[in-house]
Amino acid sequence: MRSGSILEKVLADGKFAVTAELGPPKGADPQVIIDKANILKGHVDAVNITDNQTAIARMCSMAAAKIAIDQGLEPIMQMTCRDRNRLAMQADILGAAALGIKNLLCLTGDHQSFGNHPEALGVFDLDSITLIKMVKDMRDVPQFQCGEEITFAPKLLIGAAANPYADPFPFRAVRLAKKVEAGIDFCQTQIIYNLEKFEEFMRQCVELGVTERCKILAGVAPLKSAGMAKYMKNRVAGMDVPDEVVERMAAAEDAQSEGIDVCVEVINRVRDIEGVAGVHIMAVEWESAVPEILSRAGLRAGSGS
Amino acid sequence: MIAAERKPFEQIKLVTDQFENILVVGCNTCVAVCLTGGEKEAEQLAAELRLQRRNDGIGGSVETVTVLRQCENEFVDSIAADVEGKDLVLSMACSIGPQLIAERHPAVRVAPAMNTNMLAVVQKHHVWSEYCVACGDCGIFNTGGICPIARCAKQLLNGPCGGSQGGHCEISAEVPCVWQLIYEKLATFGLEGNLSRIGGPKNWSKSNSGGPRTMKKEGFEP
Repeated sequence: MRSGSILEKVLADGKFAVTAELGPPKGADPQVIIDKANILKGHVDAVNITDNQTAIARMCSMAAAKIAIDQGLEPIMQMTCRDRNRLAMQADILGAAALGIKNLLCLTGDHQSFGNHPEALGVFDLDSITLIKMVKDMRDVPQFQCGEEITFAPKLLIGAAANPYADPFPFRAVRLAKKVEAGIDFCQTQIIYNLEKFEEFMRQCVELGVTERCKILAGVAPLKSAGMAKYMKNRVAGMDVPDEVVERMAAAEDAQSEGIDVCVEVINRVRDIEGVAGVHIMAVEWESAVPEILSRAGLRAGSGS
Repeated sequence: MIAAERKPFEQIKLVTDQFENILVVGCNTCVAVCLTGGEKEAEQLAAELRLQRRNDGIGGSVETVTVLRQCENEFVDSIAADVEGKDLVLSMACSIGPQLIAERHPAVRVAPAMNTNMLAVVQKHHVWSEYCVACGDCGIFNTGGICPIARCAKQLLNGPCGGSQGGHCEISAEVPCVWQLIYEKLATFGLEGNLSRIGGPKNWSKSNSGGPRTMKKEGFEP
């Protein structure tokens, strides 16, 4: 075992993994994490703890991840390259491992201009791929990025994100292959609504040998309203929401229930695609939808079945 | 000016060895004043390359041409006849030059012969010092006309840090502490007390950190 995490075991056993997302609060109250953790606990194998998501300052992912552990929920700590250089990252990686965090998701991070501190300096000392390589070397050699020896290696399962809907499309699977080469064990994709394009992306991943070396969790999310569908279609960079999904949400009497149904249909479709090892459910600020989605999909966390 | 210096010959050769017909393009503005990339230096590099390539048995030609500025379309477009038939254009301008040549002459491969270092002043003969990082939000009126963003190793906004000693920066005795200079400069106007006000945080959104920048002159159609 590389990390000894539940997620690693579920994926190694070939069980269909289920992860969700837990966003830390814009404040210092640990109860917010505790409440969200209690909604998700028992339903998912692990939960992503976001790191200043969309460049909005929040409680740090390491502290929130530790609170989740204390609640009996396994965290996947997210780390972006936007807010810290390689010194701070390595310090945080060692600290996270010391606190019992076993999964790390390595991201470049949204540009600071999207968030609530647009005047902040973007650090980007490393990018996601150089971060992955650094974490892998810290775990497996083990050494710091500078080449100095680490006496007690951080045992972390290394993850990344992949977006099948960004351009140029022929490069998307190649870029994921680069992340595999750099050292990831798993990845979570952008939210999927356009299944045809995702199927093509997965075919390319299989062809490149990515799925043999990396577990791919398909990203899904329940839409809450037609407005949200339109917003994601038109305003969120790197999203691909087909017109029929927007129309379906607009026509629905109970939009929330319809949104969950759409999400469940996507889950059922991706389960049959070669190389898909699980799903990652992004119900941002709608954690209560996760148990309902899993119930309608007839899905239990791999660790729970 | 933009200060740039030539890459080591061994590094340039790694690229040029892969090509037959090469055009070395000098730039007669900033890098000419830097004595690193003007007409004379372009001819020197071409001569070095010809000698090396003859010794190494590499065929083809090495020609040179120099323009006034490689950062403007009209000058870069004017070398079309020189570029014709070449396999590689080696630019001796700052990194703007090879980028614009590649844009205006899309059929040819382009490589930089230079490393672009900084926006600098000529401090004395053959010595250039960084004075500006093009942050897009100049605040030097408050710092005695001296820029701590370009000239303080930590880009501090509130006076010399604990590493300032004897007028030097903690990173090297060769580097002056810019906050010592700012303090002394303000003191000449009796304004050193201004430094007791808290400065910053800086708005970095106007710098390159905020994304690639463009500048337009109001009232003019491009």
